[in-house]
Amino acid sequence: MKENQTRNFEKIITRTIQFSGYSSILFVLLILFFLLSEGTPALFDVKLSQLFSERWYPIEDYFGILPLILGSMVVTLGASLVAVPFGILTAVYIAEIAPKWLQEIMKPLVELLAGLPSVVLGFLGILVVSPFLRDTLNLPTGLTALTGSLLLGGIAIPTIVSISEDALNNVPDSYRHGSLALGLTRWQTIWGVTVPAAKSGILMAVMLGVGRTIGETMTVMMVTGNAPIMPTSLQALFMPIRTMTATIASEMGEVATGSPHYHVLFFIGMVLFLFTLLVNVIASNISSRKLKRSERILS
Amino acid sequence: MQQTAKKSNVVKQLRIEKLGFSLLTILSIATVIPIIAVVIYIIYLGAPAISWEFVSAMPSDGMRAGGIWPAIVGTFYLTIGTAIFSVPLGIAAAIYLSEYAPVNKVTQAIRLAIINLAGIPSVVYGLFGLGLFVIFLNFGTSILSASLTLSIMTLPVIISTTEEALRAVPQSFRVVSVSLGATKWQTIWRLVLPQAIPGILTGVVLGLERAAGETAPILFTGAAFFLPRLPNSPLDATMALPYHLFVISTQVPGMPIQIQYGTVLVLLVFVLIMNIIVTVIRSRARAKRQW
Repeated sequence: MKENQTRNFEKIITRTIQFSGYSSILFVLLILFFLLSEGTPALFDVKLSQLFSERWYPIEDYFGILPLILGSMVVTLGASLVAVPFGILTAVYIAEIAPKWLQEIMKPLVELLAGLPSVVLGFLGILVVSPFLRDTLNLPTGLTALTGSLLLGGIAIPTIVSISEDALNNVPDSYRHGSLALGLTRWQTIWGVTVPAAKSGILMAVMLGVGRTIGETMTVMMVTGNAPIMPTSLQALFMPIRTMTATIASEMGEVATGSPHYHVLFFIGMVLFLFTLLVNVIASNISSRKLKRSERILS
Repeated sequence: MQQTAKKSNVVKQLRIEKLGFSLLTILSIATVIPIIAVVIYIIYLGAPAISWEFVSAMPSDGMRAGGIWPAIVGTFYLTIGTAIFSVPLGIAAAIYLSEYAPVNKVTQAIRLAIINLAGIPSVVYGLFGLGLFVIFLNFGTSILSASLTLSIMTLPVIISTTEEALRAVPQSFRVVSVSLGATKWQTIWRLVLPQAIPGILTGVVLGLERAAGETAPILFTGAAFFLPRLPNSPLDATMALPYHLFVISTQVPGMPIQIQYGTVLVLLVFVLIMNIIVTVIRSRARAKRQW
């Protein structure tokens, strides 16, 4: 009798846990479903040629999302230029060079940066970074793509540092010892052996960091000035710009449910979803390839 | 002759190494110094604004005076709400992946789904929450809708850290327990989970810290611009600290700078406390570990 009870209980628990495991798939499908069901009507409300035109002015029914997509790209590119070199080099320093005590200080600091809410960075952007840039570069306004890029760099850095550092720590010590035994310096070992061995992990770190910057919302909305101008040259970095995320965040609260504007905002959400999906699939492919190669080395 | 050439090469390499090391040191320190600077800056400018009244009073005069009590309470409610949904579900999903899941296509799909959930922009979660919870399920802009949205966003963090913690428990523990006649669930519940608790807690705190600091997902699902009272039920909208900071720093003209810095400081203190908790749990677990 008691045994029977235990067995039944075990069965129920197993089912519950299995269902919880599957729930992630359910949520992704639900998200996809709601984006599609609210976003695709945009294609019927607005002509395709209009949707991919250069003018975003919803009050007069201009729904060109091109400046928004390019705006996101400009800011993301700028952020990568900041975050990738600083992130990777900091990871190399923490993993390979820094003395133990300095590691113990730097790691929690990077983690703290990861935990800072994006509104806090946006706030500092408004009060510190943008006036500084305005005055030093002599710009009409400090709320520019560059300001957004610098702060977004700060958001991507923790991701890049911690994943790259993991990748470097996973390189077996025998690699380093072998290289040092051959008479190479530690510097040569780092760039000739350790970093190449951790290459795919570092690449994944970069992809995930970039993925975070594309999707970042609050900081960008607060510091980039939110003007939907088509970026055409490098000059765009020093001008206000508007990203996809900021557009959704700032306009969704004011639209009528079911209006063309509402559907177009969901459509932008779909585009964003696709962008990040792409980045993540590439990143996860890199990481699984890495696994296979290291398995090959081990066997 | 050859000897000296070799020697000078070694000297050159060592010199390059020294130069490279110093350069990397400078660069890395340049990366972390701003973080310290930000903390000091916020504490320095925010501290004068902090008073008992500031953290315990209702905002008044269109938020230009008074305190931020409803925002603090709101963030607390949202965090608890998020925890209620995401912690049990996340831990159960991690148990499935680490203890039950066979190696097959479905498991692969689950992992891909988790990676995707982790990568979806927070504002897209906001859209999803609006579509599903606010409109379709008719929960309205409420603490409930916002908490549910935040918990789905938090799930991947909790799942991946918990799974890692469970996998770190040695296989031999499980083998012994099962060989003594314990069922699989008894083994997990009495043996594996207790061993993994520090790792799980770390994941939970990190996940909730992120959720509590988020603004974009609650923008259209539960955040109130200004609500000079505490929410009465989970179906009420609520003020929240990060959203309040956004509002007072961009949407309200003539906002006293003091109140803004005070609000940032309260948020920062909250993040710092969470981070310290994580660090303490981790180092204590490392010291206590017997395997």
